[in-house]
Amino acid sequence: MEVDIVSLITIFVLAIFIGFEVITKVPPTLHTPLMSGSNAISGITIIGAILAAGSDHIALQVLGFVAVVLATINVVGGFLVTHRMLAMFRKKRD
Amino acid sequence: MPQIPEAVINIAYLIAAVLFIFGLKGLSHPRTAVRGNLLGALGMLLAIVATLCEKQVLGFGTILAGMAVGGVIGLVLAIKIEMTAMPQLVALFNGFGGGASIFVAGAEWIRIEDPISIHVSTATATSGIIGSVTLLGSLIAFGKLQGVMTEKPILLPGRHLLNLLILIGCLGLGYLLITNPGSVLLYWMLVLLAAALGVTAVIPIGGADMPVVISLLNSYSGLAAAATGFVIGNTGLIIAGSLVGASGLILTNIMCVAMNRSLANVMLGGLGATVTEGPSADDVYEGKVKSTTADEVAMLLETAQRVAIVPGYGLAVSQAQHQVRDLTNLLEERGVEVEFAIHPVAGRMPGHMNVLLAEADIPYEKLKEMDEINPTFGQVDVSLVIGANDVVNPDARENPQSPIAGMPILNVDQSRTVIIIKRSLSPGFAGIPNPLFAMDNTLMYFGDGKKALLDLVAAVKEL
Repeated sequence: MEVDIVSLITIFVLAIFIGFEVITKVPPTLHTPLMSGSNAISGITIIGAILAAGSDHIALQVLGFVAVVLATINVVGGFLVTHRMLAMFRKKRD
Repeated sequence: MPQIPEAVINIAYLIAAVLFIFGLKGLSHPRTAVRGNLLGALGMLLAIVATLCEKQVLGFGTILAGMAVGGVIGLVLAIKIEMTAMPQLVALFNGFGGGASIFVAGAEWIRIEDPISIHVSTATATSGIIGSVTLLGSLIAFGKLQGVMTEKPILLPGRHLLNLLILIGCLGLGYLLITNPGSVLLYWMLVLLAAALGVTAVIPIGGADMPVVISLLNSYSGLAAAATGFVIGNTGLIIAGSLVGASGLILTNIMCVAMNRSLANVMLGGLGATVTEGPSADDVYEGKVKSTTADEVAMLLETAQRVAIVPGYGLAVSQAQHQVRDLTNLLEERGVEVEFAIHPVAGRMPGHMNVLLAEADIPYEKLKEMDEINPTFGQVDVSLVIGANDVVNPDARENPQSPIAGMPILNVDQSRTVIIIKRSLSPGFAGIPNPLFAMDNTLMYFGDGKKALLDLVAAVKEL
């Protein structure tokens, strides 16, 4: 897929700025949940993994399969454990 | 399946990216954290569905099999994990994220046909390097945290030179990859060499510096995803990856500031590996350390008005968080005001103590940040330090020659009485004696954290 590299770099730089602006002051209680939640988001690599695993080329399928497994662990485990942790924080709040 | 236009799929990626932004924003505020996490998950679901509609996806068998395997593993890990094991789980998940990037870039490297543009080959090399460093670095961090390998820094001879040489090797192979596009062998050689860098970069870093390492690897896992986004030309990966990269860097910075050390200083490693010069433990402790018993501590606590509990990694190791809660409840029933003083780098990951105490149902309002509680230690009758050492070492404040000089500490020495629950007088991670233990107002209550607290709870009940 050929995409204009300058647009991609533009998106990359702007997204980094958004990241720094959106997450300004994080209270210590949320340090761990923010880390595990953002880690789950980094499992977005699953997109690329699906594209590779869904091809008709055997080598790509093998590499894609490994990537899908790793990324899915990251996504499912990450969001779930973050939810579990936050639920733990919340129950005492009420 | 009907063909879905490329533009619709790209709009779906955009919506997913917006959901990630709202998700991260939500995750950084207590009231909105749960919703933030759910928004992030929703964004991920949307991105996955959109990808399954891409015309490049020809078969679903391999994809579904991979998702089933990964889903079950992720589910079991997330549900079964003990809260005390959170640091190593986060490390492991970071590593998997990096690992996925290696394989995606590796697959794309096979798929793409000549002519391969220079930016794609550069991105592939970058993906391979960052992904591999993240995977192996995280596995080493996992090994240290899980106790599979020593937590102490492992210092190879000439390690700085070695790291530099491996890094130069990686860059050299990366350059070869860019100039020989299409060479599959070169790509995997690069991945292997970068893996070695991941190992040698993390083994010299000691357990107490793990909060920095884990947040940095968190940032890397995002950057690896972003680099992979450049490889496959997908904006969803680039945006989500950079957001995570930024949030990881913010946490890394918070951790470094909390230790008053630069990132370079932490990453070069070695703190606590060698006994530094300065007064020996005997000089500091000789004849000045007073030990105490559960009954005596119980009496002191019961007659106090204000008690500050200072938890450290030792509390997590002995899994004594529930006993701490029991003690807190007992004291509060007797009209004692109990607070928790939390040092930002106490434990092995950012926010470790908060997670640990939350698991034991200790109310969030009782947890005080360092800057909030430090000015009030003068009015604390008893400070109860459980399994913490370097973060309460007054040398950091008073002795400019100390290896931890300038690190912000909890000023427990200013409270009327300090009680330290600790197995022995052995030094903390920095490997230096702690003058706090020898102070006039300090009593040492020797023992394993959990057993000591159980005895203490029993003693308070008997009063």
